[in-house]
Amino acid sequence: MDWKRYEPQDFFDELVTPAGNPRLPAKRLISYLGSLSEDEVESRRQMAEATIQEMGVSFTVYTEEGNIDRAWPFDIIPRTISAKQWAKTAAGLKQRLKALNLFIDDLYHDQKIIKDGIVPEHLVTNSKNFRPECVGVSPPFGVWAHICGTDLVRDSDGEFYVLEDNLRVPSGVSYMLENRAITKRVLPELFENDRILPVDDYCSNLFDTLVSLSPRKVKKPVVVVLTPGIFNSAYFEHAFLAQQMGVELVEGSDLVVNDDDCVYMRTISGLERVDVIYRRIDDLFLDPEVFRKDSVLGVPGLMRAWQKGNVGLANAPGAGVADDKVVYAYVPDIIRYYLNEEPIIPNVKTFLCEDPEQREYVLENLDKLVVKPANESGGYGMLVGPHSTKKDQAAFAKLIKENPRNYIAQPTLALSTAPTMVEKNALEPRHLDLRPFILQGEDIYVTTGGLTRVAMRKGSLVVNSSQGGGSKDTWIVETGEA
Amino acid sequence: MLSKVAERLYWTARYIERVENTARLVSVYDKLLFDLPKDINIGWYNLVVLNSATELFEDRYKVQDERNVVKFMLADDTNPSSMLTALKMVRENIRTSRDVVPAETWELINEVYLYAKNNIQLGINRSRRHDYLSEVIKGCQMLSGLLYGTMSHDAGWQFMKLGRDLERADMTTRILDAGAFGLLQANGDASVNLRQIVWGNVLRSASAYMSYRRTLKGAVYGPDVANFMLEDPHFPRAFQFCLMQMDVAAAKLPKNDAVRKVIKAIKPEPRLAEEDTDLGQPFRDYLNDLQVQLGELHEAIAATWFPVP
Repeated sequence: MDWKRYEPQDFFDELVTPAGNPRLPAKRLISYLGSLSEDEVESRRQMAEATIQEMGVSFTVYTEEGNIDRAWPFDIIPRTISAKQWAKTAAGLKQRLKALNLFIDDLYHDQKIIKDGIVPEHLVTNSKNFRPECVGVSPPFGVWAHICGTDLVRDSDGEFYVLEDNLRVPSGVSYMLENRAITKRVLPELFENDRILPVDDYCSNLFDTLVSLSPRKVKKPVVVVLTPGIFNSAYFEHAFLAQQMGVELVEGSDLVVNDDDCVYMRTISGLERVDVIYRRIDDLFLDPEVFRKDSVLGVPGLMRAWQKGNVGLANAPGAGVADDKVVYAYVPDIIRYYLNEEPIIPNVKTFLCEDPEQREYVLENLDKLVVKPANESGGYGMLVGPHSTKKDQAAFAKLIKENPRNYIAQPTLALSTAPTMVEKNALEPRHLDLRPFILQGEDIYVTTGGLTRVAMRKGSLVVNSSQGGGSKDTWIVETGEA
Repeated sequence: MLSKVAERLYWTARYIERVENTARLVSVYDKLLFDLPKDINIGWYNLVVLNSATELFEDRYKVQDERNVVKFMLADDTNPSSMLTALKMVRENIRTSRDVVPAETWELINEVYLYAKNNIQLGINRSRRHDYLSEVIKGCQMLSGLLYGTMSHDAGWQFMKLGRDLERADMTTRILDAGAFGLLQANGDASVNLRQIVWGNVLRSASAYMSYRRTLKGAVYGPDVANFMLEDPHFPRAFQFCLMQMDVAAAKLPKNDAVRKVIKAIKPEPRLAEEDTDLGQPFRDYLNDLQVQLGELHEAIAATWFPVP
């Protein structure tokens, strides 16, 4: 494979310096790939494709014609980060989640942060994700968001920035683990010599985190994964995690809350008590007695059981209140307020459309900014200014004026790139981001790296798999730097 | 173990068995028809009859020829028992029980399913049908072997055994019925030679030929074949053997009284057939009766352990 033909553009490239030399953590990778013939590289790529088919790694895309199960799009060239840089990033991620959990707990109790004037009150009163049903509830360790997926991007200065925190039901971790499994099969030689840190302790850490939430102090609490079912786009992941943890994968209809306000599952020997539920369904579908009456995915009485402390729910209902792009803008202040520390990882500059001055600026610069709704995920309902038409911009101007609180805007980032195989033996830079996963229960843990998502279309900044994004294995490489 | 998971494992095993049996049947029929004299009126359509699928077939096809029958048996997605449909059901059930089966099961079923689906034309055309069906049968056997060797033989395993042996017992009665029906169609004037060909193929459809020869130490004789396939206590596809295995599996599960009672009530009549003439219409009715009883057994299993619908 000929690296001389690869031309990084004016962005920060993850593997190659502007002069075209390999960065330190990518050194062995690049020289090894450089030693392979074009045919060999192509055969490795095909091997990866076949492996994905056989492993059945797939995700579901919702379309008008129905749901399509697509093979997971994967690029064989890993993305590398030095262990030294990662250690700092990991510390920043822990700091952030600790602060966010203190914030959520405060919002559902005394709301000191509002009384002290750090964040405005409407942040709570207007939030779609604030749940009055959760006020006064005290989950174990004061932790509400146990599993967090934080999206990081690298700007042209080479620094990581937080793009958003996903505190509801973040997905993608199984793909991170499968990406590594695929790479080990496809490029086994590299694992012999390079010091690539392993990623596979995630599932045991997840299990320990969940166990720490058990209300019964028994030796082996019963943990389950609650899925909306086979038609959910992340079903693959739900099954994967249940299997890796050795716990039952249940649907709402498998669970029942009895008169004693405890949760049970229907087994072949009758009802069995459940201690902790890792739920992968949204708040509003959790319990038809409290939230959406028409939900068939949830379990009637589940909120009752949780409020009484008879079952652990991860993430706790109501945790999403901090997963809001307006709250995001305040996170640096939230960190300073609760932890009395400076944020280790900076935020991306964010304009709040509710503020008249900032709104003015946004409306005047729609062609340069990225506009996002406060409460959507999956990259839906966004305006990417530089790639938009005048008509798109006019439509968004109208939306913003109608409901300013619902929108934020950020400068278009010069997202970093990495060499990606766009066709047989053709390497081109493609933009990417990184989603590490952070766990908090009794202890706190960060994945080694995370899920790297790639915008496969040339010039595109949209990395979501539902919109044509792909992914890469992420290597945290021990480089021996002090 | 979750009731829902128990149900899925039970069906996983039933469908694996169904895929293998269907592939085996088509493969044996291929050879049987080559051996028959031209004027004998046994055709491909028998396969449809023995699967109790005549109505479904008539809805889809006009001509009862080899191509249509093989297509119907192997590929048709409107036929819930076609090989590909059953294989798809295996995949769906494993996909939704991935948390309880060994991780490799999911990879293997994908491999088998992709092969069967992508090469289905090889199965429909005659020239490479044998190779194609052998591959599918091998795939099923690999799946069974993988599960046997790496899955905990806990409650989940007992449900797989129940599903597998129930499907197997049912298929055994259908294979016998195919033999009896075929010879009845020959209008009673079947020669000794023809009877031997047909009953020999009945044995081969169940991979029972060698075991039969070794156990009986005699020629292929219709009544002996029928008794062997129904009563032999050692051959894994014999009806009685399957029932015994189901009883052993049920005994290891909680709340098993009702199910074991139903199993014990199903008893093939000892030495049912003595003469060729004993294998006529009453014999077919009797086999049909056994199938109905297996249906009742399934109901009892579902009522005891599976989720309330």
